[in-house]
Amino acid sequence: MANTADSVAVRARCIGDTTVIYASEYLNKINGERIERECKQQLEAGCRALVINFRNTELVNSIGVSILMGVIDAVEQNNARLIFSDTNSHTAVLFEMLGLTRHVSLAKDEEEALSLLAVSEARP
Amino acid sequence: MDANTQRLVHTFSALADLGQEIADAGNFEEMLDTSFHVLLGSLAIRRGAVAEYDRNQKQLRLVADRGLETAPAVLTITSEDEEKLIDLGVSGIRRSKAERGELGFLDPLFETGEIELLVPLIVRRELIGLVLLGEKATGETFTDEDLETICALSRHVGVGIHSHRLLEEVERKAVENQRLYDGLRAIYKETVRAFAAAIDIKDRYTQGHSVRVGKYSEIIAREMGWSEDKVEGIAIAGYLHDIGKLIVDLNVINSPLRFNAKESKEMSRHPAAGYEILAPINHPYAEIPLMARYHHERIDGKGYPDGLKGDEIPAGAKIVTLADSFDAMTTDRPYRTRLPLEHVVADFRENTGTQFAPEVVCAFCRAFLKEIEGAAKEQRIMKLLSKGYDNIESLSPMLNNLIAELDSNGGRPATAH
Repeated sequence: MANTADSVAVRARCIGDTTVIYASEYLNKINGERIERECKQQLEAGCRALVINFRNTELVNSIGVSILMGVIDAVEQNNARLIFSDTNSHTAVLFEMLGLTRHVSLAKDEEEALSLLAVSEARP
Repeated sequence: MDANTQRLVHTFSALADLGQEIADAGNFEEMLDTSFHVLLGSLAIRRGAVAEYDRNQKQLRLVADRGLETAPAVLTITSEDEEKLIDLGVSGIRRSKAERGELGFLDPLFETGEIELLVPLIVRRELIGLVLLGEKATGETFTDEDLETICALSRHVGVGIHSHRLLEEVERKAVENQRLYDGLRAIYKETVRAFAAAIDIKDRYTQGHSVRVGKYSEIIAREMGWSEDKVEGIAIAGYLHDIGKLIVDLNVINSPLRFNAKESKEMSRHPAAGYEILAPINHPYAEIPLMARYHHERIDGKGYPDGLKGDEIPAGAKIVTLADSFDAMTTDRPYRTRLPLEHVVADFRENTGTQFAPEVVCAFCRAFLKEIEGAAKEQRIMKLLSKGYDNIESLSPMLNNLIAELDSNGGRPATAH
């Protein structure tokens, strides 16, 4: 049976208490809500750090931005940490311009994101 | 691409997103939720809400929100406040402006510290709602350009809500109209039934005849697969088929003997007279006057008033003819008692293809048979038959045979003349 758009899960990978979530090619309402749902489920399950990997993401629209703001809020409310990785230059400029980078760090790639989380974890 | 160009592109894209997402939204709530996301995402605003205005209650109610913890879910305003917002039009109201007295009624929203900017949603000088927005993710204050962007998007949201309200109003009125129409139809039907009873009262020997003919006609039409609307129409035609008797001499109608030639001539005026009475009336079912005119026509052309043949006779009139004859044969008349049902079926068999239309006889027999064999939901024919008809079950073979004959002989009984 074919999956409906809403029922398609996003790809996620758990590394310890960190979860890496892979954003799709176009971050619009449907795809954004999938990421938001996955993030909230991970936080509810006790995950303390999230990486959203944008390596496949070509474009983030305004709804995608709004949903990511919601994810940032959810992470802050759960005292968890969030890093965006692998953003293309266009998306990085957009996040910078709109002020998302005041609330979330951008990492060059997933490895750097995990390292940053490890460093902050190790801090007293 | 520099930051300003990028900002412009993002703003332009947000407007495009709004159009696209509104077009794709499956319902109003989804449209509202999506529009709200576009508003927040256009400038990366962390929290906010859309409130819809209820003009009757004078209340602004949050219908979509994110991140607001202390903002009131409902804000009641006065007519003057409403006018002030309408006068402002779709424009940004910063916290600083609201606090300068004139718009003090918005203080409960600003006091929470969660809201930085309000935008009234106005369409055709009607307050539709309010957009409430918190600070931007950058932490900077809203610039004039930001306000232009938010106002442009808010206009779309306002129009979306306004259109939805109009649609709801149209749907509400459609439901109300349907209810009124159904009520009028019921009144019409009841009036016609009362009228039918009045027609029958004129004839002391045939009381209840018109109503029964209406009901038999309805049963036959439904068995023939007619739509419910047409079934209702044929029932009305049955109720009114004898309306022309109103102009027939009362002494003739109530004659205890068989009619002589003069009386027959007088009586035969009633179908055409019925047509004259019914034709000027705007009936919901257009063919009613014709059914009254032609209910004494015969398939072989020997009927009256116009001597129509076969398919020249409207299908409805053929049904009323059979229903009329069935009731006449199964009720007592001054010059004879009702006929045994076996005789009635034999009469149908004898006269199918000459007086009666085969498809109508067949449908009546099927409907009657279903009732006798318990296959029908209701026993309507059996209830309409006057008391004193016993052992109706024994009629089944005759009805079965007639149906089989009509089916196998192209609509004619095996021994039909």
